[in-house]
Amino acid sequence: MVGIKTADELNKKFLREGMWPTIFCNGCGHGVVLEYTFWALEELGLDMDKVIFSSGIGCSSRLPGYINADGLHTTHGRAIAFATGIKAADPDFHVIVFTGDGDCAGIGGNHFIHAARRNIDMTVIMINNFIYGMTGGQLAPTAPLGSIATTAPYGNIEHPFDICNLACALGANYVARWGVSHPYQPIKSIKEGIQKKGFSLLEFLAPCPTAYGRRNKLGDIKKHWAWYDNNTILKEDLEKIMKYGTEQEKEQVKEKIPLGVFQDIQKPGFFEAYEKLVDRLKEKESKPKGAKK
Amino acid sequence: MIEVREDWCKGCNICIDRCPVDALEESDILNRRGIRPPKLKEKNDCNFCRLCELICPDLAITVFPDEKEKKPVKKTLLTPVGGKTK
Repeated sequence: MVGIKTADELNKKFLREGMWPTIFCNGCGHGVVLEYTFWALEELGLDMDKVIFSSGIGCSSRLPGYINADGLHTTHGRAIAFATGIKAADPDFHVIVFTGDGDCAGIGGNHFIHAARRNIDMTVIMINNFIYGMTGGQLAPTAPLGSIATTAPYGNIEHPFDICNLACALGANYVARWGVSHPYQPIKSIKEGIQKKGFSLLEFLAPCPTAYGRRNKLGDIKKHWAWYDNNTILKEDLEKIMKYGTEQEKEQVKEKIPLGVFQDIQKPGFFEAYEKLVDRLKEKESKPKGAKK
Repeated sequence: MIEVREDWCKGCNICIDRCPVDALEESDILNRRGIRPPKLKEKNDCNFCRLCELICPDLAITVFPDEKEKKPVKKTLLTPVGGKTK
């Protein structure tokens, strides 16, 4: 492989220098996801004029502003709707959507469902920090049971939203969930997601020490990052333990969040099907009327 | 050898916490924000695994493999996906 080997060269290629350093808090996971995306784009060697980023509102949606490429900063929850428009206008573009958990699962839930159902060719990178961080720590639909937020001061009693399960059920082509503390698997996953024709969802569990960690007494940055290591488990390990493990082991892993690639299939995307439809109709049109087979 | 962009560092100390060989520490100098950016210890076992570079939320760290100093270490992964390309 030729090209960039160090982070310094990577920054020069992909970063919009004047915007840096970021507005993110100390210990936030969003910058890490941005860096993984850079590495994945660098590995793929895509032309940055052919990549468009789209985002809604929230901490995660600041990310396209830091990238030296075209980007849209759109209304709350509608990032996927705008991305669908870009893709419809010119299917040659690679569309990458940065969205948060409140943006994608909460407010833009229906847009997400129908984009996944139609299998539109885009990569959705959902950065899940369990809370609406930018607006002051309101409860997000993905927050685990019992977590404390400004709108749930005595603990959350609503069951959390598993967005990866939803995407699998809707038949998205690529669904994966990763944490931010292990670099190699997420970079590979983002690469596969961008290459995949059809809808791909990548969920990242990003720490939010300011809004989530502080309220939930998860400690400082170090302890908060360690919480994500202790409370997640690889999907393959979970399956093995559920099959062969003892009762005690099963009890231990019950509360943990599974990580890994959940779905990797190859279904035709919406625009492929649409092209076929247009071709079929054109063929029909070119035949003279009344002619029989 | 590592290079830290001091005005970009926010002082989360994740690099120090996560270093697998415990080669980093806080430096003595204060930057513009009033925090101490990381630096390599004087005696360190850094094998250029580049975890700190990949995990830094502010993209402030760059790792350069030292050409002069030869250490008896295993060959490390220099590309994020382990050098494998399809």
